[in-house]
Amino acid sequence: MSERIPAQNLTGDFRSRAAEALADGQLRSNFRVAMDSLMQKRADAFADEQEREGLRELGNHIKARALSRLPDLLEQLEAKLTDNGVQVHWAETTEEANRIVHRIIEQRKGSQVVKGKSMVSEEMEMNDYLAARNIECLESDMGEYIVQLDGEKPSHIIMPAIHKNRFQVARLFHDKLGVDETDDVNELIQIGRRALRQKFLEADVGVSGVNFAIAETGTLLLVENEGNGRMSTTAPPVHIAVTGIEKVVENLRDVVPLLSLLTRSALGQPITTYVNMISGPRQPGELDGPEEVHLVLLDNGRSSAFADAQLRQTLNCIRCGACMNHCPVYTRVGGHTYGEVYPGPIGKIVTPHMVGLHKVPDHPSASSLCGACGEVCPVKIPIPELLQRLRQENVVAPGQSRVKDGGAKFSRSERAVWWGWALLNRSPRLYRWFLWAATRLRKLTPRQLGPWTENHAPPMPAARSLHDLVRDHNKQGGRT
Amino acid sequence: MSARDRILNKLRAGLNGTRPRPDDFDEALVTRPWQYSAQERVTRLRSLMEAVHTEVHPVTMADWPVKVQELLATRNVGNLLYAPETAHGRQLARHWQAVTAGPTLLAYDRPAEDWKDQLFWQVEASLTGTAGGIAATGSLVLWPDRHEPRLMSLLPPLHIALLRASEIRDNLYELMQEQGWASEMPTNLLLVSGPSKTADIEQVLAYGAHGPKELVVLILEDA
Repeated sequence: MSERIPAQNLTGDFRSRAAEALADGQLRSNFRVAMDSLMQKRADAFADEQEREGLRELGNHIKARALSRLPDLLEQLEAKLTDNGVQVHWAETTEEANRIVHRIIEQRKGSQVVKGKSMVSEEMEMNDYLAARNIECLESDMGEYIVQLDGEKPSHIIMPAIHKNRFQVARLFHDKLGVDETDDVNELIQIGRRALRQKFLEADVGVSGVNFAIAETGTLLLVENEGNGRMSTTAPPVHIAVTGIEKVVENLRDVVPLLSLLTRSALGQPITTYVNMISGPRQPGELDGPEEVHLVLLDNGRSSAFADAQLRQTLNCIRCGACMNHCPVYTRVGGHTYGEVYPGPIGKIVTPHMVGLHKVPDHPSASSLCGACGEVCPVKIPIPELLQRLRQENVVAPGQSRVKDGGAKFSRSERAVWWGWALLNRSPRLYRWFLWAATRLRKLTPRQLGPWTENHAPPMPAARSLHDLVRDHNKQGGRT
Repeated sequence: MSARDRILNKLRAGLNGTRPRPDDFDEALVTRPWQYSAQERVTRLRSLMEAVHTEVHPVTMADWPVKVQELLATRNVGNLLYAPETAHGRQLARHWQAVTAGPTLLAYDRPAEDWKDQLFWQVEASLTGTAGGIAATGSLVLWPDRHEPRLMSLLPPLHIALLRASEIRDNLYELMQEQGWASEMPTNLLLVSGPSKTADIEQVLAYGAHGPKELVVLILEDA
């Protein structure tokens, strides 16, 4: 069968990368094993279906409520944080956000930055931006560190280095850090610990993401297992948190269910090792903690998604990664195939607002619409429904789309075919004529029908239509 | 117009003609599945924490410093970081004075900058108090302050935490309501539910990623 997949005929980046990934046995097995285990852990953590569904609905309502008051809550968050001594910055684009971060580092004459895990900083490509300005920006999450050492991007939002196995990491550490090659995972982690601890000690600035920003109290909540988030936000003299504007929630109590949904959906843990709630810089008399805390609020297309009531639901996302863990496409092609910061089902519905749909036209169709992503989403984002919406936005006439740079797949001939099909089905006479012609001239059906016939036998109308068969059946007395 | 105003204007335009959704937070959903008797609270917290590699020991108000000493001795630990201005810190220091030999006590009594190298590389263990525990998730609540700073529970490879059994609550919601967090959040509030860990390589669990490799919880049986 495989020789019937002619790789040279595949078009577009997503397709060619997918073909490569599918042919990579090691990659496929790394993902298969990891996703199976993550699915099982989540299922075990939500053993009681009624409890789970009640919590998901509550999670959805909390996010919907926050979004229904988003501008007010952002202002409240800013006011509270400012009262607490945190400096708040706003950025419409990733370029602006990078400039803000760079300016803060410059003011402290900093040259070394250590970063806890942050997907928004990936969106900003902060590492590259700062490196170009002679500032070292080092990842400190073990997975992110491995990926950065190898000059790669994360392939999963929770498990950045899940595409690698221990032997690949061992070789990488040996090549880049000059240590003896060991395939003992504990030893590998200790190598990382030692290298990064010195960096935490020396760093001028620590950067982190935010899981929930609480408007009521002016608190930035951060979950993690490693302690690198605590290190990045406690050890260096300056802490800069970067986050998307959708991360704000109204009340402190709102994070109780969201936290439970997040850690159970992501890793099957009742809670992460550390839940870090930061409400201000070091106070007079305190002996550690950063002297300055900054929050950078990034838009980067989020307000455009927000403008459409249906697409707004993408902003419910709490970045747990459960949708990718359960996605049959993601599991097979891996995170890098998507070519963007956010892979998998959630990536498909958030990325178009950030980079434009024309840049990722194949993403909405790289789905079987099996519905698993929507079923497991802890805040009930109807991902399959949004994928269908994006498929439509892909084919509307350019300029008519409500999504940034939609309409890339608009085709006049496809429009004409559908127009003809609609006409045929509205006129009984035309329809009968078509049936007559299709059954008589069926041998004339083309043998090549685009990509379909690359992997399937060409379709051919039957010699007799269903109408004909029914008529005959009734003539014979209608017996079965 | 600033970036701030442009973002807020765009968001407001998107909400045109809509009303805020009601606050229908149902606290039963986050409390009812997580309720226990006093005895269950301790056993649940203990079993959840032990499941993630935490050592838990019941102790009494009078003898816990002896337990600390014993824990350090079996591990051959050379020094212990403590908070001299706290009640438990004073009790520990008194005990240490009474028994002459033992690991060196290091008081966290000056800004981290003054001894960062030592804090990062040489401190082998620490002892802190807690502001409570959570049975539902097996968590400790840490409320670092000027007397017991943040890095104490993060830098040393061994962290020993004192938890009063009477301060363990059923779930996070109940604890945050009872302690009135929403009206007085400290600069840093922490939930700690085990030693530092990672599963970033092949999902294999490894402890001691960046924080403590070992967490020992001493439960003061005062309930």
